[in-house]
Amino acid sequence: MPFSFLSIMQFEWSALILLFIVLFLRIGKKVISNTSLLYIVNGLLLINFISGFFAHEDGTLFGTMFVSDSLIRFEKSLLNLGVLIISLQSFHWLSKHHHASEFYMILLSSLTGMFFMLSSNNLFMLYLSLELSAIPLAALANFDLQKRVSGEAAIKYIISSAFSSGILLMGISLIYGALGTLSFDAISLNMTGEPLLLFGFICLFAGFAFKLSAVPFHLWTADVYEGAPVAVTSYLSVISKGAMVFVFITALFRVFANVAESWYQMLFVISIATMIIGNLFAIRQQNLKRFLAFSSIAQVGFILIGISGHSDAAVASAVYFIMVYIFSNLAAFGIISLVSDVTGKENIDDYKGFYSTNPLLAWVLTIALFSLAGIPPTAGFFGKFFLLMSGAAADNNTLIIIAALNMIVSLYYYLRVVKAMFMDSNAQPIEKLKPGWMPVTAYIVCTAGILLSGIIGGAFEYIISIVSTH
Amino acid sequence: MNAFDLSIWIPILPFAGFLLIGLIGKKYFPSISGWLATLFMGVAAALSIYVAIDYFFLSAPSDGHYIAQEIINIPWLQFTDSLSINMGVMLDPISVMMLVVVTFVSLMVHLYSTGYMHGEKRYATFFAYLQLFTFSMLGLVLSSNLFQIYIFWELVGVSSFLLIGFYFDKPSAVAASKKAFIVTRFADLFFLIGILIVGVTGDSFDFNTIIINLTSPEGAGKLSATFLGVSIITWALTLIFIGGAGKSAMFPLHIWLPDAMEGPTPVSALIHAATMVVAGVYLVARLFPVFILTGSGAIEIVAYIGIFSALFAAVIACTQTDIKRVLAYSTMSQIGYMMFALGVSNMHHTDGFTASMFHLFTHAFFKSLLFLGAGVVIHAVHSNDMRDMGALRKYLPVTHLTFLIGCLAIAGVPPFAGFFSKESILHAAYATHPDIFYLALITSGLTAFYMFRLYFSIFWGQKEIHLHHFHGEAGWSMKLPLIMLGTLSVITGFVPFAEYITADGIPHLAETDIMFSIAPVLMGLTGIGIAMIMYKSANALPDRVASAGKSVYRWAYHKFYIDELYIFITKKVIFNLIGRPAAWIDRTIVDGTMNLIALMTTEISDSVKGMQSGKVQGYAMYFFAGVIGLGLLCLYIWL
Repeated sequence: MPFSFLSIMQFEWSALILLFIVLFLRIGKKVISNTSLLYIVNGLLLINFISGFFAHEDGTLFGTMFVSDSLIRFEKSLLNLGVLIISLQSFHWLSKHHHASEFYMILLSSLTGMFFMLSSNNLFMLYLSLELSAIPLAALANFDLQKRVSGEAAIKYIISSAFSSGILLMGISLIYGALGTLSFDAISLNMTGEPLLLFGFICLFAGFAFKLSAVPFHLWTADVYEGAPVAVTSYLSVISKGAMVFVFITALFRVFANVAESWYQMLFVISIATMIIGNLFAIRQQNLKRFLAFSSIAQVGFILIGISGHSDAAVASAVYFIMVYIFSNLAAFGIISLVSDVTGKENIDDYKGFYSTNPLLAWVLTIALFSLAGIPPTAGFFGKFFLLMSGAAADNNTLIIIAALNMIVSLYYYLRVVKAMFMDSNAQPIEKLKPGWMPVTAYIVCTAGILLSGIIGGAFEYIISIVSTH
Repeated sequence: MNAFDLSIWIPILPFAGFLLIGLIGKKYFPSISGWLATLFMGVAAALSIYVAIDYFFLSAPSDGHYIAQEIINIPWLQFTDSLSINMGVMLDPISVMMLVVVTFVSLMVHLYSTGYMHGEKRYATFFAYLQLFTFSMLGLVLSSNLFQIYIFWELVGVSSFLLIGFYFDKPSAVAASKKAFIVTRFADLFFLIGILIVGVTGDSFDFNTIIINLTSPEGAGKLSATFLGVSIITWALTLIFIGGAGKSAMFPLHIWLPDAMEGPTPVSALIHAATMVVAGVYLVARLFPVFILTGSGAIEIVAYIGIFSALFAAVIACTQTDIKRVLAYSTMSQIGYMMFALGVSNMHHTDGFTASMFHLFTHAFFKSLLFLGAGVVIHAVHSNDMRDMGALRKYLPVTHLTFLIGCLAIAGVPPFAGFFSKESILHAAYATHPDIFYLALITSGLTAFYMFRLYFSIFWGQKEIHLHHFHGEAGWSMKLPLIMLGTLSVITGFVPFAEYITADGIPHLAETDIMFSIAPVLMGLTGIGIAMIMYKSANALPDRVASAGKSVYRWAYHKFYIDELYIFITKKVIFNLIGRPAAWIDRTIVDGTMNLIALMTTEISDSVKGMQSGKVQGYAMYFFAGVIGLGLLCLYIWL
């Protein structure tokens, strides 16, 4: 087909076109008010999300640098959905902001980077798209220019990111030096456990682990998450992390399947460390954003357990978990962003008595936290169950037992927030908030996702069916 | 329509009630919501009895072999090709029996609550929660696979959390419901891992398939795999048992049960007598063929944890003065009985299974009777403390009589229900584990003692209580359940249980060995006697002494002396040397250990915060250390 480069790359084109539309809207800023700009962009993001369902063509482009299949398209649609939800939720914040259009331009560049990253079939392509997705985020982290913590967050992010990219590049060059190729297919055929290659792989692994904020490569996470505006934090911790999980799975299962023995051990150590350290830090956090940052580190530990199962079911569990994680975490971030935006309160103690003033919002946050804690019948429970199930299939009981102990700890701190909202009284609770219809839509979507995607078994079955054709 | 097809409606009815009352009733018809909920339960109970009659009598196969019937089994999630998660309804002897127990006790509690909760501000909400709880429990009972049981298991946990914390403006109730939720959740996670391992090893979640897969010759190969020197399946079953122990309040996971008495009393009757707390027993019974398969592994743990909990709780119950706490510990003790009855079984002796289910059945009636009776007492006295009570038999005749029946039943006095079921448990224990048998015998003496201590303190006792604002005993809505449960506590013992419920589905002949029952009955009567001397008429003693003649006085003096001896032995020795320390250990060590774990976690989390310095160069250092660490790890594997 002559125009297959259009249809195979539909997601990328769509994101790029959106980016240019926003750019033109920015140029015509004089005629369009900030609010109507936000309406237009959110509408376009919705169209972008829906158009994703019409993409259907599998294939490769640019030699074999770029691939697309139904699993990759599903993953991209998930990211689209996440971006749409974040955009809806940040309506209130952006409507007062002078540079709303720039927010979208940077966001869309990063999203485009992620799309390319998911489709990359070559280490070089992977590296380029990784950077394309990461560098704009530093600008986003500092989007509230007048805030000093945001500036600090951006600097810390760009420096740590540069460091990790250095290590990643070193890994890539070692592999290239040993094998003379960067193509995934060629590497997967020739990959062996010889020290040079293995060290290259370790560097690559560490680079990925940095983006996933797995322990001990996680230290940047808390500072950046806390300093950045909530919308950016949710993008970093949900969308960016989700994309990295997808790529990480492709890398381990497809490219480095030959050294599965080595990476299994690495995953084993790292997932345990990630869960334990993430939980230990989350327990003592008072700032909710920081709290969610550390708890999201612990969640990554669970994902790594599932991945260690190394099967189709493991891929499906991880993808499913990311979907659930998008719903749950974004619902939580959505409430926090609203509260922080209107009242400036971000501490757990500030949420005491939240239920008495905002019962519905308190319920949304509770359901989200229950899902993150893995309490049935929320989708989070199913997500964790499938991950552990895939992990258990690898017959590693130590890992599963440690995971369960960590679930108990995490239950404690998630419930701490719920307790503050429902049971503690407060002389000055957060006042009654009135979210606009856009954030409310986002809350409804997230809550419905949390409640339904678990109980309706079809969601997981669909994912496992597209994984088997991957 | 076939009776079995109707069984699906049994859980749906309370769920519909929950939705109706919870969504609409609270606002528009709060005052009749209690009767509406009772009506729903009444229909469900009638259906359950219909299903039970059909299952056990009408459609029983000609050879009398009861088989498990899957009424519905819909694949819900296909995990891998062979492993799928289903949603189903399964009828087999124990699930049908549980259906009757749960719906009937729930109906009684509903009826009772219409009177007891009358005038509460959140009257309708209470009934919505009760319906939700009953729905979850029925779902649990009817589950056809492990995954489904886990889902309902958690729902039961959530709805009991709502019920225990019903008085949410009372901080102690909130703390208690939180404690119950967290302790049982803690146990549930072990349960979840157990499910995972059983699912992977048995290649199914379905009860019947697991049992077939694991008992087949190929299954034996899978069972031989070990982890830390213990076979995988023993691990899995132990973990599942921990989950069951959490819900069933077995030592050391029982710490939530006494505190959970903060909930409204009807809730205690429903949750802590007949339904939620026996879920653990039910779970072990469900997997019974797999449990006895592993020989001396998990089943022995069940046996010894069971008997220890039974004895431990009985000793503590002797020292409590809060009447609901006495009942709570007695529940723990009785569930210990059911557990060890399962635990003493093996491949050749499965009488324990029947005995355990029998005790579950009878206990449900007399224990909910005792709780409901205690509710009437608390209603009248406005106190939970037995030291505030005494001589209440004049005021509360119906309660007095039914409470006495409950006490006689739990003490194992023939011909009340508890006698038969306890006797069959002791019989089963005697056959395989004499050590457990003797401990159980002591426990049954203690049980009789503390129950009658409770009974005499409430209804006889030393002091005259004048009830202020006393408006008669209670309405019929509260008395009727007492009378019905009292009647059942008398007659259910005569059900020839072994003819219906056995481990393999083949009916046995129910038999009672009169010679064997002498010892337990004597133990029970001794316990009652001691309680009577100590708590019934201590005040009357001096009067009699004064009016009697000189020789009679001497005799009386001696009796008094014996009294003193009794009191010395029981009060000083048993209370102070055994009971108090046991209660202290329970409060301090067992609770303390749990607190210590929490404290340690916080401490460790404090000590690692140095890692998070805020300095980027430090982060880079950790990053690099991480790379080197991974390199060393690979080197280690590679060498």
